[in-house]
This record gives sequence, C-alpha cells and structure tokens, in this order.
Amino acid sequence: MTVLETTGLSIALDREPLVRDVSFALDTRDRVGLIGESGSGKSLTALALLGLLPAGMRASGRIVIDGRDYLGAPDRQWRRVRGRTVSIVFQEPLTALDPLMPVGRQIAGPLRLHQGLNRSDAERRAIEWCERVHLPDPARLVRALPHEISGGQRQRVALAMALACRPRVLIADEPTTALDVTVQAQILALLDELIEETGVALLFISHDLPVVAGLARHLLVMRDGRLVESGPVDDVLRRPRSDYARQLVTSAARVTRLARPAGGGEDR
Amino acid sequence: MSTPLIDTVDAVETVDAPARRRGARSPSLIVGSVLLLVIVALAVVSLVWTPYPLDHTDPAARLAGPSAPHWAGTDRLGRDQFTQLMLGARTAVWIGLSSVAVAFVIGVPLGLLAAAAGRFVENAVIGVIDIVIAFPTLLLAMLLVTVYGASTAVAISAIGIGVSAEVARLTRISASRVFTQDYVLAARTCGTGPLMILVRHVLPNIWHTLLVQATLAFGVAVIAEASLSYLGLGTPPPAPSWGRMLQEAQSTVAVAPWNVLLPGLAVAVAVIGVNLLGDGLREVLDPQLRTRRRATGR
Amino acid sequence: MSEPMPAEGREPILSGHQLTRQFAGRSHRALDGVDVAVRPGVSLGIVGESGAGKSTLLRLLLGVDRPTSGEVRFAGQPLDRARSREFRRQVQVVFQDPRSSLNPRMSVASIVAEPLRSLRIGGDRAARSARVAEVLTAVGLRPEDGRRYPHEFSGGQRQRIAIARALAPAPRVLLADEPVSALDVSVRLQIIDLLRDLVDRLGLTLVLVSHDLAIVSQLCPEVLVMRHGRVVERGATADVLTRPVDGYTRALLAAIPQLPTDLVEEQ
Repeated sequence: MTVLETTGLSIALDREPLVRDVSFALDTRDRVGLIGESGSGKSLTALALLGLLPAGMRASGRIVIDGRDYLGAPDRQWRRVRGRTVSIVFQEPLTALDPLMPVGRQIAGPLRLHQGLNRSDAERRAIEWCERVHLPDPARLVRALPHEISGGQRQRVALAMALACRPRVLIADEPTTALDVTVQAQILALLDELIEETGVALLFISHDLPVVAGLARHLLVMRDGRLVESGPVDDVLRRPRSDYARQLVTSAARVTRLARPAGGGEDR
Repeated sequence: MSTPLIDTVDAVETVDAPARRRGARSPSLIVGSVLLLVIVALAVVSLVWTPYPLDHTDPAARLAGPSAPHWAGTDRLGRDQFTQLMLGARTAVWIGLSSVAVAFVIGVPLGLLAAAAGRFVENAVIGVIDIVIAFPTLLLAMLLVTVYGASTAVAISAIGIGVSAEVARLTRISASRVFTQDYVLAARTCGTGPLMILVRHVLPNIWHTLLVQATLAFGVAVIAEASLSYLGLGTPPPAPSWGRMLQEAQSTVAVAPWNVLLPGLAVAVAVIGVNLLGDGLREVLDPQLRTRRRATGR
Repeated sequence: MSEPMPAEGREPILSGHQLTRQFAGRSHRALDGVDVAVRPGVSLGIVGESGAGKSTLLRLLLGVDRPTSGEVRFAGQPLDRARSREFRRQVQVVFQDPRSSLNPRMSVASIVAEPLRSLRIGGDRAARSARVAEVLTAVGLRPEDGRRYPHEFSGGQRQRIAIARALAPAPRVLLADEPVSALDVSVRLQIIDLLRDLVDRLGLTLVLVSHDLAIVSQLCPEVLVMRHGRVVERGATADVLTRPVDGYTRALLAAIPQLPTDLVEEQ
C-alpha cells in the first residue's frame, strides 16, 4: 500500500530550479535509498516531503500522503502529518535536539501532542523507547541533557523520537555521516532492526553508496536536482543505466576498497 | 581537469541569497552616503565660506525665524544660525574623525594582542575592556575636564578612549575567529612569523568588519561630542558646536523652536547617515555574500 | 625536482618518542606514551576514531603543539634544536577542510607562494612564480588559476590548491589530516589518486591521518591504529588488514561499510 507518493516534484528558488520533476512512491515496508552528492537536491527533496522548505523556495507537483495531496497545504495541516505520519532523523542530532530539555521529555513531547498521552504515560513510553533503541540505563538516561550523552546515543534518542508516534514513513537524512565508523555500524544495525519491527517505510538519504546499499532495497540516484536512475539496489550496482550511476558505483567501489596487497607494495 | 561537481555549496545554504542580493544594491548605502555627504559638504564649505563671520551679530534681528538673510534664523544674540550650523558640522566631523582615529589606534592593537596572545593576556585585556565599557564616557570626560580643563583635545581623548573599548572588543572577537581557521595554522607550518600572520591573514579578513565599526563609532562620537558640549564639557567657546547651540537655545525654545530643531536635526542626520552607511557597507563587504553572488551567477 | 627513492630501513626522518599530551582541565590524556617513526619513503597511516588522539599526534609531529612529555625528532635531532626553517621546509601539511585552510582574501598564487616567501626560498619573484606554476600543474590545475580566488573553485579543486601549497617548498614529508573526508566520493577518488601519484613521482613520504582504513590501505604501506590516546596496533598495512591482532582493529575493519565484494574486486 502506498503511503507517500510524490509526482513531478520541482523546487525552485527565484525561478532557479533546484529540484526538477522528481517522482517516486513509498509503500509500507519499503526501504528506499536516495543517493546523491552535495548540491544534488536530495536534502531539499526530504524537506519538501515534510513541508519544511526554507522560506523563498517554491515547490510544485504533488506530494500525496495517505491519499491526500499536501503540496501547498498550510502549515497547520502539515503539522498533523509531521512526526505522526512522516518523521525525520537528521545528520547532526546535537542541533536537532533541544539542548536545554532532558532527552526523555523530548521523546515524550510528540507522544503527548499526537497521541494525547498524559505526562506519566508519555514518560513511561519514553523509557520503553529508550530500551528499544538499546540505550543503557534508560530510567536514568531520560533525565540527561543532549550534550551529556555521546553522539551515537543522541542519534538513538533521535530515532526513538522519530518512531515513538508510530509514523508510517521515516526519512533519515545522512543519519550516520557525523558518526564514527564503529558507531555508524551500530546505528545502521539498529535502524535495520527498528524498521523491520515497526514496518515503517524508510527513505534513507546519503552520499555514501556502501551505507545506502547495505540498508536499502531500492535506489534513487539524484544529480543536479534530477533523478537520473531508479531501480532495485542490485540492478543499480551491477547494471547501472546512467553514466553518472556507473561513475558513482565505480568511485565508491574504489574508495572503499580495502587494498590488501601481499607486501603492500603493488603501487611501486 | 575534473568533471565540474557542485561539491561545496549545498543548495540549502543559498536560501538567503536572494534577500542578500537585494541588499547588495543597498539603498541604505546610498541614502547613508547622501545624508553624510550633506554634513561633510557643510563642514568643507565652512572652511572657505559662511553666510556671516562667526562673531557677526545682528542686534536688529534677534530670535528671527528663517528668512532670506538668515536661512536658519538667528539666536537671542542675533547670530546667524546657518553659520553656526556649518561651523558646528566642521567641529562634529573633526571631533568624530579624530576620536575614531584615537579609538582605533588604541583599540585595534589591543584587540589583536588579546587575540594573538595566550589566555592570561587575553583575560587581562578583556578585563580592561569591560571596565572601560562599563565606565561612562561622560564621567571620563568630566574627570579629564576637571584635571586638564575643557578643550577639543580633552573631548577627543575622552570620546576616543570610551569608543576604543568597543573597537578592541570587536577586533579581539573577529581576530580570534580568524586565528582558529586552518589557514593560520597552515601559515605557521609554512614558517610565517606572527607579524606576517597578522598582516597577511588576520587584518585582510577583519578590516571590513572594522570599517563598519568605524562608521558606527563615528556616529557614537558625534553624539558624544554634542552631549559633552551641551554640558559645557566639550569644545570651549567660541568654537561652535551643535551641542552648545542646543544648550543655548534651550531657554528660548518657546519663542524660537527652530533654534533647537535645526541643530537637533543636524545631529540626527549625521548619526542616521553613518549608521545607514555602516549597514550598507556591511552588506557590500560581507565576503560570504560576495562568494554567494558569484556562485549563484551575479 | 624528483629525488631518488630512499632505501628502506633508513633512520626515521620524523619520529615521536613516548609522546604524551595532557590538555588543561581534562582528566584523560589526549595522547598517552605514543611512539611513532616515519621512515623516508614509507608512507604511514594513522587510523582511529574521534578522540583517538590522532589529530593531537599530527599537531605534535607538525611542531605546532608541544608534548606534555616525550620528544619529537626531525632527522634525528629534537625538534626544538633542529633548525626550524629546515624542518618547516621538509615537513608540510594538508588539512581536512579546504574551505578553512585557504585564506579567502588571497589569490591562489599568493597562497601557494606563501611557504616560499615565508621560508625565503625559491629565489626571486620570477623564480617563485615559475615554481607556483609548476606545482599548480603538478596537482592538475592550470598556472592561470593562480590569479583566481579560493571561492571560485570547487571543494576538490581547493584541496588541490592546499596540496600545491604544501608541495611548493619541495618537502620530503607530507602530513595529511583527513584530506578527503570533506569531499564527495568521486572527488575523493581524484584526490587519493593525486596523492598516490605525488608519492610515486616526487618520492614524498606521506603521513596520512584518517578514520578511514580503506583510504589508508590504498596509500600507506604501514599503519598505526589508535584508540583513546594509545597505539593499539601497528605494522604493515597488509598484515593489519588480513590478520588484525587487536580486538578494536577487528571491530573497526568489520564496521567499514562495503559494497558487495564481487563488485569491489572488479575494480
């Protein structure tokens, strides 16, 4: 069942097009990776799907969420969608979290807003969610402020916040880019576990092909504001149709290749 | 060499570009320059020509309103007010420029020293700056006048020292920001000495901020000069000053309101002018802005 | 300007002995008794995650920070006593973010010429600008690019400018602090290729600080794995990759996101 569908999405700033004619759909349990280099328009696309485009940018096309076109809808209507039907996790949880509010209350906030839970119920659910994202000692950790916990733990909190209201779509915008490699591996494993458990549709946005390829089943490739390729991960990796996708795969394969030459002197 | 890749400026970063681009045409720069030019023109022309000599009095026309012989009217002694305004502009511009110069001569090296030196020196300088900022310029002027008597030099020193603290603070903050950049570290690893780092890397990256600060400081100095003269602590008579014109016209405000309005207006025009000019300069000189303008194509 | 490739097993050109660095107000040591030796012609990778102490180590080796205890030696001499001009000339650096490492108000030519001017090498003005043109060409830019300013270039090109500046005094050692992390993947590849080419062509010895074992493995025959300010594993890169001894090295290797192996082997 299609939860989110966008057709002919274009975004322009001062009549200068930044995103052009992007169409794709997300079904329940879909895992879609959106890959592109900086400036390709991938993050703008994500913001548009939440009605969060910066002032001055114009979007056109259709953004259909649960059968309703929200493009151009007033903020009041978007607010019912955000966090409840579609939620997002950003690259840097330190800036996405309120620095002065204990993390437990930040997880509880959307629960009280969207599900009308009272304070103690919401806080109990927040602790449950801390357990689900495998945060250590949840009962104590919910009282911590964002800067008092590690970057990986913050991203776990951000995931708990994003998933607590049981959204149907989770947009993850470079969620592991700011993290260390070992922490990234843990967060990716957690993400994999959570989307399997909750059945949420995933739109994973990244510049990092190996990271996306490990998690997504379907790939969208963006360049200069356009979708240049779309297909199952395996097809895009092995039989890329566009030159750009081929170049991307080649670069990624070479950059991430662990050179294990016998003796280490093959370059001489 | 390579395929052209948009790999530095993320699209989201350019969001506020159009607003800034509009600012770059900068009406504030134009309006500010025009207002300031009026004041400067009055001051410059006064060097060679004024409607009447400074000490000319017209006993027949005391407290006269604006008219053909007296464009801005006369005061209670029958002195031509336009002459006074022109000479007052000269005083304001002269004291403004001199105090800003004093403020920069003291403030910029102090700020650079604080930014470049270790934490101990920096904290000491910050302490001094805070004390000077907290110390009212008027009080400083009164102290200096008590010791040295009222003179233009005392007014310039008092205003200059008062403003220098703000200049030092801004210099320290801007320079510290530059010192954290990798290009300063790279310069050190190139063997560039501390003095050359200041000359080549720090000053070129902060002068535009300081220039904006200078225009704003000029405005502060003009107001301070008017206030000091109003209180009798500024330029001593007979040199005219807008502040003293205000003070002298105070008793006759009911019969000759223009005698208060015009010097007040002159102060306002000068201060609004430099502030607008400062805002305009900030918009035009912002290096980020220039980068974006080029990146987005004009 | 190419020098003969020095034989292996020589005296280290740059070394650190029992380097410890404790920052004021911190309970942990950023660096805790680290030994490191850079032998001429043998590029060394320093790998670790954030907080491992690798950048602190780089700053000590670069002589822009001093160890709390221990000693850095250049060509066998303690850094304090070694002639600093010679050291600066022989040991150059490239930083992670070329937006921050190039002065936005200087032309590319003056940026690249800075080490020549500051170290007073490279002869007169004409000779210096010839050298600038030479290194700009060596990093794949055009000599005319010298008249332009950093903001007119893409991130990858800016990193080339930073590399050109480091090459200008013809150093023997090039320290690089995460030189490709701020770049897009395809640009990363170009910079890696450029660095490899420079190492081969100019006989440079690279000291590459990176969180990315894959990139280190492509450029450095020797590697040092750091964690919490200590060296947990060191040796030939090939050995460390195939037979990691330390548990942390193994975890680091396992965590690297990989494309399907058959795809990678094809390359």
